[in-house]
Amino acid sequence: MMELTVDLQYLLSKGGALQVRFSVPLDAPRIVVLFGPSGSGKSTLLHCIAGLLHPAQGEIRYGETIWFDAARRISLPPQRRPAGLLFQDYLLFPHLTVQENIAYGLRRWNRAERDQAARRWIDRFHLTGKENRLPLSLSGGEQQRVALARTLAPRPRLLLLDEPFSALDLRTRARVREEVRQWVREERAVTLLVTHDLVDAMTLGDDLIILSEGAMLQQGPPLEVFSRPATPEVARIAGVENLLPAHVVESSAGRVVLAVGKGRLIAVGELSRGERCLVAAPFSRLFVSIRAEEVILERGEPAQSSARNRLTGVVQELIPVGAQVRVVVDCGFPLTALVTRQAVEELALQAGAEITAVIKASSVHLIPG
Amino acid sequence: MSWEALWLSVKLASLTSVLLLLLGIPLAHWITTSRWRWKFLVEAVVALPIVLPPTVLGFYLLVAFGPRSPLGSAYEGIVGTTLPFTFGGLLVASILYSLPFAVQPLATAFSGVSPRLVENSWVLGESRRRTFFRIVLPLSKQGIMTAFILSFAHTLGEFGVVLMIGGNIPGVTRTLSIDLYDQVQALNHRAAAETAFFLLLLSFFFLSIVTYLNRNQRRVNDGTDR
Repeated sequence: MMELTVDLQYLLSKGGALQVRFSVPLDAPRIVVLFGPSGSGKSTLLHCIAGLLHPAQGEIRYGETIWFDAARRISLPPQRRPAGLLFQDYLLFPHLTVQENIAYGLRRWNRAERDQAARRWIDRFHLTGKENRLPLSLSGGEQQRVALARTLAPRPRLLLLDEPFSALDLRTRARVREEVRQWVREERAVTLLVTHDLVDAMTLGDDLIILSEGAMLQQGPPLEVFSRPATPEVARIAGVENLLPAHVVESSAGRVVLAVGKGRLIAVGELSRGERCLVAAPFSRLFVSIRAEEVILERGEPAQSSARNRLTGVVQELIPVGAQVRVVVDCGFPLTALVTRQAVEELALQAGAEITAVIKASSVHLIPG
Repeated sequence: MSWEALWLSVKLASLTSVLLLLLGIPLAHWITTSRWRWKFLVEAVVALPIVLPPTVLGFYLLVAFGPRSPLGSAYEGIVGTTLPFTFGGLLVASILYSLPFAVQPLATAFSGVSPRLVENSWVLGESRRRTFFRIVLPLSKQGIMTAFILSFAHTLGEFGVVLMIGGNIPGVTRTLSIDLYDQVQALNHRAAAETAFFLLLLSFFFLSIVTYLNRNQRRVNDGTDR
């Protein structure tokens, strides 16, 4: 099977190294999201793959073609790698018009084909009427679309997108995100997309790679990585609100009782192999990770069941986040829930109020400490 | 003011500036992109005419192109005349003498083009050479204009080198600045005042254009490069 194989080490100028190893199947269109905080080496990785930076060690292979091999001193120049790179700040050529920018990579095509292709991209990206404008006179969203069209026009087999939506407002972002997804499907291209935006990662990624300080921490489908982070660091990067130190009190087949602060929690469900090792020894130390969306607040009597954790607690703090409110409840340990404004009113939530927090036992995820 | 001297000066300055662009563009490109460790020596040689007394340059050119030097006899074999005291000799001397005035604005302009625009062109499949012609050169338009005007103005005003290598032959090597010197020697102060004022005006005019161009350059290069 054709694969893009990346296995490299790049020494970062600020010290430390970018060290990654992964492969991406090339048989079907697919978006791999590289996710991590800024400074984690995501852009550097894309530049290495595009051929603009040379890793100290390792190799990059695209199917049968060697793009880079440090040991054999092979490095295909960027011009000869069928990859398209969209830079974070677009970098439109300021002296060329919209149409000239889009057609820039098509010099070897004949004139009629080139013009036709450029016209198609102009229509597709809603740039009609602006083909003779210079980049400086365009809005941020328009510049972004021109840059994307210029990258896509030569039909790269591998698409490298560096924070493609970072300069767009929220509404444009949602639309362009959808367009990119559609393009990847239509052109059957494999895409590596760098982002530090959770929504980008969740909505676009077929596969997710978490990078931090140059190291690959976890790889998998986004939903799995975000709901079952492998380490406390991944949980933090993935924005898990509840990451609590805990230890095992008892464990039986598929059911674990944990002591968290002064409270108790039950976790059930398909345990991964790592988790099974973890809970084998009673009193082993670990972390519990619970996404705030998975915590439901309600009024009523607490009653433990094997499928649900019901915890009584006292509301400590209400933090509005956009249309939602983050509620911190003290139930023997601080627990954060994410609820709608409507729910806050209906439940009469305020600091000091007593409330019941409900968490499905299968939403309690265990991480080695 | 002698019209013959003016015409000669303008002809010399135009030819020098055109040839300097052809020579200076590849040289400046090499200076901005090369990573050779001894590059600074080449840069120093290029800049030498700024500080070197023109007579020193003139002297060495005379020696280098004299009939007994290999270079001089080779030139004589091809062209049929020796270089010194001809218009050709004047041209070679002017090109060397004004080299830094062309190369430095060009190098500044080339290095002012964002290397990331260049990399972007490579990723889009264009070779280094084509990238230079499609991106670097057009974005250095002001630098090229500056280089042309500065070499033109500088050649117009050169004196020492011209006197050393060209002598003072009317219509062949007597340029405006030499003419001015002659007028003063002949106590023809009225004509000297005319020539001097004309040269002053011309230099001021050219420098104004250069300053104006460079003021605009900053704005252009801000481009989309945040």
